[in-house]
Amino acid sequence: MRHRFSLLAACAAMLAGTSVGASAQETLTIATVNNGDMIRMQGLTDAFTEQHPDIQLNWVTLEENVLRQRVTTDIATNGGQFDIMTIGTYEVPIWAENDWLLPLDNLGDDYDVDDLIPAIREALSKDGTLYAAPFYAESAMTLYRTDLFEAAGIEMPEAPTWDFIADAARQISEANDDVYGICLRGKPGWGENMAFLGSMARSYGANYFDASWQPQFDSEGWTTAVTQYVDMMTNYGPPGAASNGFNENLTLFNQGRCAMWMDATVAASFVTNPEESQVAENVGFAPFPCGVENCPNQGANWLWAWSLAIPAGSQKAEAAETFISWATSKAYLELVAENEGWSNVPPGTRTSLYENEQYTSEAPFAEQTLAAINNADPSITDDKPYVGLQFAAIPEFQGLGTAVGQQMAAAVSGSMTVEQALQSAQQAAVREMTRAGYIQ
Amino acid sequence: MARAVSTRRKITFTIIGWTVGLLIFFPVLWTILTSFKTELDAISIPPKWIFFDWTLENYATVQERSNYFRFMMNSVYLALGSTALGLIFAIPAAWAMAFSPTPRTKDVLLWMLSTKMLPAVGVLIPIYLIFRDWGLLDSRVGLIVVLFLINLPIMVWMLYTYFKEIPGEILEAARMDGASLSKEITHVLAPMSVPGIASTVLLSVILAWNEAFWTLNLTTSNAAPLTTFIASYSSPQGNFYAKLSAASTLAIAPILILGWFSQKQLVRGLTFGAVK
Repeated sequence: MRHRFSLLAACAAMLAGTSVGASAQETLTIATVNNGDMIRMQGLTDAFTEQHPDIQLNWVTLEENVLRQRVTTDIATNGGQFDIMTIGTYEVPIWAENDWLLPLDNLGDDYDVDDLIPAIREALSKDGTLYAAPFYAESAMTLYRTDLFEAAGIEMPEAPTWDFIADAARQISEANDDVYGICLRGKPGWGENMAFLGSMARSYGANYFDASWQPQFDSEGWTTAVTQYVDMMTNYGPPGAASNGFNENLTLFNQGRCAMWMDATVAASFVTNPEESQVAENVGFAPFPCGVENCPNQGANWLWAWSLAIPAGSQKAEAAETFISWATSKAYLELVAENEGWSNVPPGTRTSLYENEQYTSEAPFAEQTLAAINNADPSITDDKPYVGLQFAAIPEFQGLGTAVGQQMAAAVSGSMTVEQALQSAQQAAVREMTRAGYIQ
Repeated sequence: MARAVSTRRKITFTIIGWTVGLLIFFPVLWTILTSFKTELDAISIPPKWIFFDWTLENYATVQERSNYFRFMMNSVYLALGSTALGLIFAIPAAWAMAFSPTPRTKDVLLWMLSTKMLPAVGVLIPIYLIFRDWGLLDSRVGLIVVLFLINLPIMVWMLYTYFKEIPGEILEAARMDGASLSKEITHVLAPMSVPGIASTVLLSVILAWNEAFWTLNLTTSNAAPLTTFIASYSSPQGNFYAKLSAASTLAIAPILILGWFSQKQLVRGLTFGAVK
């Protein structure tokens, strides 16, 4: 009897030992977006798991819109399916305000949080506390074909204006049958054509809402911006421009069909990669154009950072923070450089990267990218009651931005006039903002 | 008596048939061709049809990044599981409505179909909460039940249509010979409606295989099927068309092969009862 009891006790002890061992091994489920930098990180995580054998990583890679819907559903219902989420500068202020994210206040002594580019750090913080760590960041810039500009005898100024851009687009379109003078986003969506148009309107001094949350689509700035946008797209842009988003324009530019393209700074690494681009050797970079002299933020009216955050319901917060600290550290940038070269390092997050001569010599777009990010200030100001530049960080903006984007696409395709599109956008925005309680 | 068809007419119809067939198949063919190109060739203008540097690099990349086999097996489990469960409920339901109709049968059938008219996203949050509370998130069992419920109205409708074509007198004769209800269904009704059941099974398998809303929203990794696999290769920033095409080709290959070999049953089943 005693033997049997001892045997049972031994078995129980073994089981307990096993369970202790099993609980020591933690698996982090990470929801992430499919882009080059994130995929590269998945290939380099052996370096992390070697340092931390007790943490395993389970990647769930999704397309951006699917990812957004998936993680929003999960965090809003406290589903607990993910330990780390990849989110952007739109979500962070809203989710941090709702207490859906854990503060990242234990990233380690050698993390050097002060090295993060101030504009990015600010965009991912609430009351001075970081709620998401930036993996890569972007602003907007002008990408243009140096060979076509040279052939046309045009020189890109240091601070181009939209009038100059429109004139250059006309000249190059007239001189080249198979090249479109300008390629811009036309596909409707708050993160598609409205990201571009929001920036362009800002370059004319117009915001989405004024200080009392009144929509501004009937303002002079928006009217001038959209009129010029539609004019350029119709006369010098590609056919069917109303269905072109980032990828469609990237394809056209890489095929050598676009003379100019204003879009996210991250495009620069794609168009200068000879494995993807037929014009890699002939690309120049300039700031995002201004509508008026000394326009807001010197044309840099775009700020976005894909960032890693921990949902408040996570049971593995400590391990998750350890991983986030590794993935967004200076050491990780060096690891990418060692394995893939400096030009493949995720851009836009750390000041020290732009002080690294090896990086600046291998990435010809580095200087322009840093200048654009540094100039972008998404914070609340006297005339702008919301965080964000190319978007407004309020929950209603996704739906509203997409609805307005559809009106703008209708103007580009010619089924509406600019005046009708803006009027319709204004009515929809006033209705939505009143319903949501912003306008009393 | 069959009407004589002139050779000219035959040729015309053959050409029309082939043109329509090729038009429908073209996107699939283009996806398969693109999967063997480099990213640069994939976006070249004019498009390269056959004469390009054929490469298997995209398949190697996809294989290296994702465990294709795990995703495929999940798709197989979900498609077959939901279909099998669907048959268990749909056959008796269709039998009852076809052979013992009540004044409300038509209303019930319409009501069942009306559930398909509700946009899925409208019930996402309630279903997500139920799944969370019952621990069914990212589980095959949970998804099998959801896919079964989604396809059940269509399965009942299809089977009902086939069963209506079978003369009730045959079942009556079986009853006269002493067949029980279960024997009547398994020994008389089922063998007579094999083409109908086969095409219902095929359609249900295809619908479950392609279902991309619930499978994306209710899974993370353990139960994720091929729809999630494809979604992981779609990128809003960066042209990875060749890799996406390789992933898509791998995802549609099993169902394409299944459809190819069972097309006779599918056509026979879908046209069953069309000509009397």
